[in-house]
Amino acid sequence: MDALTMYLQHWQTFLIQNGPDFAAALWVTIRISLVAIICGMTLGFAAELGRRICPWLRKPVACYVEFFRGTPLLIQLYLLYYGGPRIGLVLDAEPAGMLGMSLYAAAYFCEIFRAGFESIPEGQREAAHCLGIRPWRRLWRIELPQMAQIVLPPAVNQIITLIKDSAVLSIITVAELTKTATRIMNISFEIVMPLCLLALLYWIISEAVAVVCNKAEARLTRHLTR
Amino acid sequence: MNELGFILSIMPELLQGAVTSVLVAMVAIALGVVLGITVCQMRRSQLWALRRAAGLYISFLRGIPVLVILFLLFYLPSAVNVEVPSLLVAVLALSLNTSAFQAEIYRGGFNSIPVGQIEAAKALGLSRVRILTRIQLPQVLSLTGPELVNEFIILFKNSSLISVIGVTELMRHSEQLVSTTYKPVEVYLAAAIIYLALCLIISRLGERLKGNH
Repeated sequence: MDALTMYLQHWQTFLIQNGPDFAAALWVTIRISLVAIICGMTLGFAAELGRRICPWLRKPVACYVEFFRGTPLLIQLYLLYYGGPRIGLVLDAEPAGMLGMSLYAAAYFCEIFRAGFESIPEGQREAAHCLGIRPWRRLWRIELPQMAQIVLPPAVNQIITLIKDSAVLSIITVAELTKTATRIMNISFEIVMPLCLLALLYWIISEAVAVVCNKAEARLTRHLTR
Repeated sequence: MNELGFILSIMPELLQGAVTSVLVAMVAIALGVVLGITVCQMRRSQLWALRRAAGLYISFLRGIPVLVILFLLFYLPSAVNVEVPSLLVAVLALSLNTSAFQAEIYRGGFNSIPVGQIEAAKALGLSRVRILTRIQLPQVLSLTGPELVNEFIILFKNSSLISVIGVTELMRHSEQLVSTTYKPVEVYLAAAIIYLALCLIISRLGERLKGNH
């Protein structure tokens, strides 16, 4: 019993000492993930829409998607980090990470939106055209609401994947969760506590996002199918 | 043109690293299939404790990044003074990660088999193991084929992370080349081409597999 109390006290001092660092790192992870999700979704949607509107964009967008989905995120980050300065793009670790994650996310979201667009029968487009509905109105009022049901589940999956993938940024020295945990490991000579705390935090974020998104999804689809 | 020549000249060395990447990924996916099916069976079991344990396993390993699984397996044994070879850590980490995702894939597969088939098999007096190996698994594996190919591609890309714990696969080979040639962009571009080509080959093979069924 005495050993247990001592161990718990050990944890307590560890948490008091390193808690602020972990909290700051958690915020970095969340910040980068949010940027990647928002920019990735916007860019992915724009790319998919561009591909549908201009035929000559089809090949470049396909190449973009193929490249970013077919290579590891780590290599994309290295290319951006080392190749950026060659074209005059000198970035700090965190902005570089945000840019890299956004470009990577865009490729996946582009494919998700493609599946969404493809799920809508061609006849609806023709019907809307015959009724004289403008393309933008058709997009907002007819296509997007129906796409939501198809797009939401894979989008939620992708969001969780992105948050976890942000751990790779630790390799290019962004001070996010994983980097901070390994740094604390190196300076405090503790192994078990930082690692367990790290795994626990990611687990909580993933589960929380899944629960919140599933609730939101259930609500939205109920509203849409009504 | 000079750059192209350089990229071509380092290709043989990078391909050596790619062989390790592919081998590690193949062993990890094979282990992942075995683990995944086991966990899926636990998840579908009648016993509450087994179901719960499998649920936790899946939720935990799906919820944390591969890199963190890698660190856990790499550093935790050293806390109790046990040394594990990094190649073994790499294979284990990748297969643990993929097994959790595969368990969920198989669950869908098992659920899609009509109950009548199992009841018929039971009525014919087939043992449980025989039902699993002869009736359920062949159908589940062919049903989930495309998703497994997808999982293999993800696993192959994740294998780039094992360079962090010092396994000399494609990524590590590239890093070593960068430190001797000082040409990061060309080297990483060459590595990216190899990753891309291999991912395309895997997905083409997968499509052919799907076409056969």
